Amino acid sequence: MLLGIVVNEGPYTHQASDTAYQFTKAALEKGHSIFRVFFYHDGVNNGTRLTVPPQDDRNLQKLWTELAEKYKLDLVVCVAAAQRRGILDADEAKRHGKDAANIAPGFRISGLGQLIEAGINAERLVTFGD
Amino acid sequence: MAKKFLYINRKAPYGTIYALESLEVVLIGAAFEQDVSLAFIDDGVYQLTAGQDTAGAGMKNFSRTYKALGDFEINKLYVERESLEERGLTLDDLQQITWEDENEDYAEKPSIHLVGRAEMASLIASQDVVLSF
Repeated sequence: MLLGIVVNEGPYTHQASDTAYQFTKAALEKGHSIFRVFFYHDGVNNGTRLTVPPQDDRNLQKLWTELAEKYKLDLVVCVAAAQRRGILDADEAKRHGKDAANIAPGFRISGLGQLIEAGINAERLVTFGD
Repeated sequence: MAKKFLYINRKAPYGTIYALESLEVVLIGAAFEQDVSLAFIDDGVYQLTAGQDTAGAGMKNFSRTYKALGDFEINKLYVERESLEERGLTLDDLQQITWEDENEDYAEKPSIHLVGRAEMASLIASQDVVLSF
């Protein structure tokens, strides 16, 4: 089955990103396909490369990046939600006169249309959030 | 073929950003010509209340945007009756939101429909895509 995944909460405060990651990984291992993973609301905070969680804890950003590499996943961070929360790629940083970009490898920033497109194209759109 | 999209709004308009960012998805999604409905349940019914004033809280008042949804051909707003009643609200406490039916000489029709909890459940079950905020 072709699935779309929506992650609406940031890492650590809420479990949503952990559950979404585990669901996505399990679905891929069972042979399902993922059209796209879309990060919205505080979910965009999963896509910063600057998190430094304690070494004995999981690193959610790294887990997503590795999963994306292995399965060529499309990890999309909503641009409007990202701008509010300080998640920028090089182009966005330049456009808004900021001195750094922090988007993590394997993630890309794009518009909300990508979420609607996932709803249209995926057979099931699965949302993780509160 | 168009899919049936339902946006479920469960949170109060202020206090968290879910309501505002849900509305942003709805407005962008309108360009994709899908069959769109909005549902308001639990504290989500407060999103449609009339006379919202955010000056004291220093937040953006986006409540007028709901009135503009008709211009985007979004005219199916389902409000759960029990959620209103549990909060001591009636239809009169909500904004009047209308749309113009071009097939009937642009007659103004109400966009808000009151539905019971059981009817809301079957409405949700009949959708292709459900986004819950």
